[in-house]
Amino acid sequence: MSVPESLFFFLDPNRCIGCESCVQACSECDTHKGHSMIHLERVNRYESPQTIPVVCMHCDSPTCAEVCPADAIKRTEDGVVQTARKPRCIACSNCVLACPFGVPKMNTDYELMMKCDMCYDRTSEGKRPMCATVCPSQALFFGTHAEIQALRPRSRSLNTFQFGRQTIHTKVQMMVPREAPVMHIDVAAAWHDPQGEDEQDDPMLSAALFELPVLSN
Amino acid sequence: MEIVSTPPPAFPDGQPEEQQPKWRRDFPVDVEADEYGARRDFTKFLVLTSLAFACGQLWIAMLSVFRRRTFSEQRLTALDELPVGGVLPFHYPTDRDPCLLIRTSEQELLAYSSLCTHLMCPVLPQLHDKQLHCPCHEGFFEAATGRPVAGPPRRPLPRIQIQVREGVVYAVAVEERTS
Repeated sequence: MSVPESLFFFLDPNRCIGCESCVQACSECDTHKGHSMIHLERVNRYESPQTIPVVCMHCDSPTCAEVCPADAIKRTEDGVVQTARKPRCIACSNCVLACPFGVPKMNTDYELMMKCDMCYDRTSEGKRPMCATVCPSQALFFGTHAEIQALRPRSRSLNTFQFGRQTIHTKVQMMVPREAPVMHIDVAAAWHDPQGEDEQDDPMLSAALFELPVLSN
Repeated sequence: MEIVSTPPPAFPDGQPEEQQPKWRRDFPVDVEADEYGARRDFTKFLVLTSLAFACGQLWIAMLSVFRRRTFSEQRLTALDELPVGGVLPFHYPTDRDPCLLIRTSEQELLAYSSLCTHLMCPVLPQLHDKQLHCPCHEGFFEAATGRPVAGPPRRPLPRIQIQVREGVVYAVAVEERTS
């Protein structure tokens, strides 16, 4: 059994309303012990309520598997990168640090990296992933290119991403506005930018938001 | 909508598999290649290990074919000093090889290595039963032939060849037997 070649996972961050239905649906699944494998990321918490659902993009050259020292992360014939194999995973978190999308999560209780595998038990039988079945705004869509073309005439799908000097081709498709040019942001540029803003200006980094309560006797 | 289908690079640098470093070919990402590699390595291991065992067996066989053990003669005792039914322990061919010389009758002398062929405990003669007894695991050997009759031992005791010349008993050679 493998995922039908005509079916793709389309991610449309424009349509995400942050309802956390996908997180709830994912965490109700027993194949990953009730932990949610989808991340609902906030783009800019101070400026906007915009959220992005982040699932595994199933790269053609998975960085997580490339950096795994224990040979634990494998990709099936249909291009789905599976979660780490329990007998092999040594819980070193290399994949967690290496993945440009920030998908793998280390579960220290199990000493196991767990990540989205596109609900392989369902998609390998032609069913949709759990998150795509519950998404009310269809920001997560699982279907053919023809279907998504009919549904989103003003968007087009994109599956190449640029991280530094590495070009990544993914199995999961990101929907972008049809006319807008694709901007590849150099995520590593800030490291080399001497004019970067001071860390103290960032309320997140200056711990303004996360002050620990002071207990006085 | 146009679907851009470029052949995806399977490796981060976009080079073909032949130009990847060996570690990357040894640890493939795809499940089939991973399982294939494991099967291939396991088969290689089986074949090479079997070959090593076969060569070892051949080596041992050659050694046993070409081995010529020479024994020196050793004076044991004068025949008069060993009464009928008497037993004389001695060491032959070296000091680390304990043996027994048994006189069962006027004419008959028997000599065996006294190391039990099970786990090398010293065997004790029980001439009233015409047996040699190993007390460690209750092994019994026939006194007349040295063959095992009961207990764990499966091989006979090595026989020491005896010569009697002018009333003196000599040990001449060790006869290794398998049955």
